[in-house]
Amino acid sequence: MESRPAREEVPTLPGLVDLVPLHAGATYGVDSASLALAMVAGASQAGEWVGFAGCPDFGAEAAADLGVELSRTVLVPDPGEHWLEVTAALVDVLRVVVLRPPATVDARAAGILDSRLRTRSAVLVVWGEWPRVEARVSVEESRWTGPVDGGGRLVSRQATVVVRRGARPAQRADLAWPGVHRASPLLPVADQRHGALG
Amino acid sequence: MRVLVVWCPDWSVVAGLAEAGKPPRTPAAVLSANIVEVSNGPARAEGVRRGHRRRDAQARCPDLELLTANADRDTRAFEPVLATVEDLRPGVAALRPGLLAVRAPGSWFGTEANAAATVCQALVESGVWDVRLGVADDLFTAEHAARTAEVQGWEIVAPGGSAAFLRSLPVHVLEGEGAQGREVVSLLQRLGLTTLGDLAALPGDAVEHRLGRYGASVWRRARGEDPALFAARTPPPELDVEVAFEPPLESVEAITFSVRTTAERFCDQLARHQLVATGVRVEAYSEGGLCSARTWLHPRHFAPRDLVDRVHWQLQGAGSVSGASSGLRSRKDSGAVRAPIDRVRFVPEVVEPAAAHGEALWGGGSDDLVERGVARVQGMVGFDAVRRPVLQGGRSPSARQALVPWGERAVDLRPIDRPWPGRVPGPPPVRVFAAPPAAEVVDEGGRPVAVTERGVVTCEPRRFRVDGGVLPWQPVSAWAGPWPVDESWWAGGAGRSARFQVVGADGRAWLLLCAPGGWTLEAGYD
Repeated sequence: MESRPAREEVPTLPGLVDLVPLHAGATYGVDSASLALAMVAGASQAGEWVGFAGCPDFGAEAAADLGVELSRTVLVPDPGEHWLEVTAALVDVLRVVVLRPPATVDARAAGILDSRLRTRSAVLVVWGEWPRVEARVSVEESRWTGPVDGGGRLVSRQATVVVRRGARPAQRADLAWPGVHRASPLLPVADQRHGALG
Repeated sequence: MRVLVVWCPDWSVVAGLAEAGKPPRTPAAVLSANIVEVSNGPARAEGVRRGHRRRDAQARCPDLELLTANADRDTRAFEPVLATVEDLRPGVAALRPGLLAVRAPGSWFGTEANAAATVCQALVESGVWDVRLGVADDLFTAEHAARTAEVQGWEIVAPGGSAAFLRSLPVHVLEGEGAQGREVVSLLQRLGLTTLGDLAALPGDAVEHRLGRYGASVWRRARGEDPALFAARTPPPELDVEVAFEPPLESVEAITFSVRTTAERFCDQLARHQLVATGVRVEAYSEGGLCSARTWLHPRHFAPRDLVDRVHWQLQGAGSVSGASSGLRSRKDSGAVRAPIDRVRFVPEVVEPAAAHGEALWGGGSDDLVERGVARVQGMVGFDAVRRPVLQGGRSPSARQALVPWGERAVDLRPIDRPWPGRVPGPPPVRVFAAPPAAEVVDEGGRPVAVTERGVVTCEPRRFRVDGGVLPWQPVSAWAGPWPVDESWWAGGAGRSARFQVVGADGRAWLLLCAPGGWTLEAGYD
């Protein structure tokens, strides 16, 4: 693979692009499967290879619906105790790798993986705990519409998503499924729980 | 030109029984769409005929072996028969599975009877028990001569004797030529023509007027004037490649290193015939005996490097006692094979024209890199720990997808374009649990929720939890369902079950299955 500048942007879904634009060489944290899929879908749509390590509950149909090209998807459902080595090997050849770490990782091991990410210009999306992340995206509140007392079916979902970036104030936005798109403009930069700025 | 025809009656039954490993005298029938297509002698003795429905056939002969129609299997099983005859006399034409023609061997065997006896003996020795031969001036006569012969016998029609031989045959011998033949037979019988001789005695132009082109061809053949020639096949090239090690090798690393040039030779040889292999059987021999054999299917086609990888995985899997255990294999573990290998052989099982697999002029380089990287991961965690997701048809979310080992082709997928009634509508779940954890769903009073035989929910779900620390007790904020299914009830399936979409208090939705064995959590929508 040709070498790329480390801060190069990686294709992201239109609904996420101003919320969490993915940058090559960075690690992102998520807290749910739907967000993890949404993070990789943009790159996969753009023709990149993606991989999932430690996700035995991969939902192939949902991924395909979101635009993940299954023929360019590599799964290692159970990487066992050597999941760090497996992830590093996947990062070598894939553009975006989703990892569900089966155990906590220390800062040193994460640092080794970080440098590997930078040299290969790949993106790591961690579903779980990770020492240092560029941004952590989590679902704050989720509402499904459709089912009413046994009738109907699940139709659509709206979720309030919070993006936290180190010391910077959190951002909040509403996303709507199916097909991740924005249901509301980006809210003011301030975290509302601590009171708006000014 | 004299023609020798070899006829193996009821070939699809013979081939089906051989593949099923049943003795050849078992009463058996090949069915297509629940209608008997071919039955064998023992089944016919019980009254099973072509055109019977499955249950009629089973009523006549309860221990009837039912085989499915499979043209590929028949052709495949006929290949050794062709090869046996080819050994004696080149220029064999396979007319259809079970029937072959060859130019009658002439003076080499003395007489034609001697030639027929030699061919017959060779075939019986190769394990084809029911074989009949016919020799005549033309193909049609020779085929019918073979059909009148006894088991392991032959019928020789003297030169110029075709018309006399055919004259006495009843018209229903044409039924073997398919629907067109059956139609003509029915018409001829209604016209009062019972033998081919009666037909041959009619004026040719009148026959063509009444019976059309096919009738005219039958008329010409019935007069022993069959002009049909057959195209002899070219024997398929020998594409197997093997390498012998002297002295035998004991470590996988050494073997994989040594097969590299052989793998290149294998692919070069295929490329010379403008072919590529998409399925290869790798056989490893130790002390003359087969110690490991496995068929590998490639999603595209095998390159030398892929073959070397397959040899590595195969011998590694056969050698280590623990098999494909999770985790990194230690060097010591991966190095040993069970017995010293003295020969490795590549047999192409599926070859396709290279033109169908041509690579684009530009590009493909990045994919190549991925292949290599993934092969490295496979080396770390075992070849079947790396998967590729594919979609297939089904009702439950886990049935609608399959995780295929990387580098293998997906086989036996259910068609996705069928309606699959009973599947849960709505967006597909993002998490599909391979081993669904047990769950509990109760109503307000704490009674477990169930579904009656009529698909009615006994009480309203109010609270649910999932075992294994996945979800503690929580209230149901919304629910939808049930979507009842009763899959494979004809084959003792899992029984009636029903699916529910349940939204928990935290806003996450789940797919729960209420089966006779209790509730399970099948999938999550997040």
